[in-house]
Amino acid sequence: METITRFLTSPMMIELIWTVAQIFAVIVPLLIAVAYLTLAERRVIGLMQLRKGPNVVGPFGLFQPFADALKLLSKETILPSGASKAVFVIAPMLTFILSLVAWAVIPFGEGMVIADVNVGILYLFAISSLGVYGVIMAGWASNSKYPFLGAMRSAAQMISYEVSLGLVIITVIMAAGSLNLSDIVMAQKDMWFFIPLFPMFVIFFISTLAETNRAPFDLPEGESELVAGYFVEYSSMSFALFFLGEYANMILMSGMTTTLFLGGWLPPFDWPILYLIPGPIWFALKVALVLFVFLWVRATTPRYRYDQLMRLGWKIFLPFTLIFVVLTGGVLLGFGLLPQ
Amino acid sequence: MIAPLFFYLFALMTVVSGLMVILARNPVHSVLFLILSFFNSAGLFVLLGAEFLAMLLVVVYVGAVAVLFLFVVMMLDINIDEMRQGFRQHLPLGLVVGLILIVELLMVFTQDLSTDNVLATNMSGEISNTAMIGQVLYTEYLLNFQVAGLILLVAMIGAITLTMRHREGVKRQNISEQNSRTRDETVQIVSVDSHVAPKVLDDSRAANKRLQ
Amino acid sequence: MSSYLMEYLPIVVFLAIAIGLSAAFVIGSVIVGAQRPDPEKLSAYECGFEAFDDSRSRFDIRFYLVAILFIIFDLEVAFLFPWAVSLGGIGAFGFWSMFVFLVVLTVGFIYEWKKGALDWD
Repeated sequence: METITRFLTSPMMIELIWTVAQIFAVIVPLLIAVAYLTLAERRVIGLMQLRKGPNVVGPFGLFQPFADALKLLSKETILPSGASKAVFVIAPMLTFILSLVAWAVIPFGEGMVIADVNVGILYLFAISSLGVYGVIMAGWASNSKYPFLGAMRSAAQMISYEVSLGLVIITVIMAAGSLNLSDIVMAQKDMWFFIPLFPMFVIFFISTLAETNRAPFDLPEGESELVAGYFVEYSSMSFALFFLGEYANMILMSGMTTTLFLGGWLPPFDWPILYLIPGPIWFALKVALVLFVFLWVRATTPRYRYDQLMRLGWKIFLPFTLIFVVLTGGVLLGFGLLPQ
Repeated sequence: MIAPLFFYLFALMTVVSGLMVILARNPVHSVLFLILSFFNSAGLFVLLGAEFLAMLLVVVYVGAVAVLFLFVVMMLDINIDEMRQGFRQHLPLGLVVGLILIVELLMVFTQDLSTDNVLATNMSGEISNTAMIGQVLYTEYLLNFQVAGLILLVAMIGAITLTMRHREGVKRQNISEQNSRTRDETVQIVSVDSHVAPKVLDDSRAANKRLQ
Repeated sequence: MSSYLMEYLPIVVFLAIAIGLSAAFVIGSVIVGAQRPDPEKLSAYECGFEAFDDSRSRFDIRFYLVAILFIIFDLEVAFLFPWAVSLGGIGAFGFWSMFVFLVVLTVGFIYEWKKGALDWD
């Protein structure tokens, strides 16, 4: 008994428990945010299209996400007879896991970060480059035509836009002089990066739309031709995991946009009074703003054609960002603005 | 205390998933195990203090190279039984290649790795791993860096010459051509006979005037 | 354990929690939901038809080309990361060194463009 108490109160153990507590302090609000993002999407688009959207379950439809979750939980889990069972089950889990673990390096406030690694931005880039696996694995394991076609399209689309995403990140790193996300935010104390790097900010946002398979780049799940793309064969909680992963990814990408371009947890002006509001609230507000634009874009733009999508990624974004990288480097070097 | 534990975990997983790559019956499963072993190698890199290389391993190998592998094995109709038949026939060749690899590995391991260990000097924490690489890669190792660029160029051209096939009779959208079209060259106004006699518009200028 | 490695420990813990959570979701729904499989329900979806043939068919080679080009540009981005961080330290020489590297790759890019490898048809 005594050994157990000693083990539990050892510094290592306390550290571990503290870490677990921090992680849950991120995951729980995140999952609630995902739940309400689905509701917000339906409500916002509904209002933009002069409809009401879900408003029956609870006041203003506020319990709708929980009703949806309970419904999906009680549904039958279908394993198609022709599917590769293990891969079929792992694919949605992978999507969900990746959308969660990326949050480990995002700073919510000064020093409020779970893992303050030196290569934070590279870690995020690595995690986002893995998102394609959930899609390919699901499409292949289903052994059905629509998921397979959707997965191929989706994979090619995601990797096409990742190059410009990487190049945009390079310009931000040059301006900040560090790969650490907290340092990148602190480098924006005087001026948020979206002002000097405005074209990059726009390209980054559009690329995140393509990365998350959102409208107007939602061809992989183009419901009028591919039914639902790569998750046609999924049901119940496996389907819900894809859904959660997709929306958590949207929030993650908004968080990335906020951290890289909108000054992270910093208030909009460097006034002492604004620092009374804690950093995480500023961060959440900015993320909410970017997410609103995500929904707004979906309500206003028609879907791209696949050849137009590829053209935009390879022939416009890629050369433009490449030139901008050289230009940023040259200007920063020429005017001696490089951070040491 | 915990670091060695993680080393053994990652090392064991790397070896086991490496073995599963060649033991798995389905080629897609092989690639997925390959990805798992890449991940665990990334973990080993982190333990070594090479965090930049660890992340790069994930970005380049898992995020890009393995995607291509998956594309290839998923879409080529590989008949697994057919592949098994060649096993005995190709065994001698495989053994020779394996033997050469083992000899090469032994030659590396018998070298003294303790001297010249760049990573060991880098653990001071003064400067980040990535910046350290950046300081030397573009200046001191300029030649190697430029050669890498040329190799990438060759790879790019090679990939295109090997895989480029243009389909016949494809209608392409030429956006600049579309945008540079003017009304004069695309719209033609003709007079049509009908019961209700329309006002005859003999040229487009009249039509323009009417529109205004 | 060094402070450097302590920064990575939370990521491993986070990964473990995420795996546990997603497994709990899937297993939870298998326990809660009624499971009544039948052959029709488990067959592949094809708008109500019987599936015509194997869905894992050969595919357009264009997808491989996109993947290969992606690898090359991804490597280029990988080379840019340390450069972007240390540009202040290596100065003009480092800048022009990278400039030459990018020019070489731009030659490849122009070749690609002219060959029509970036057109999707």
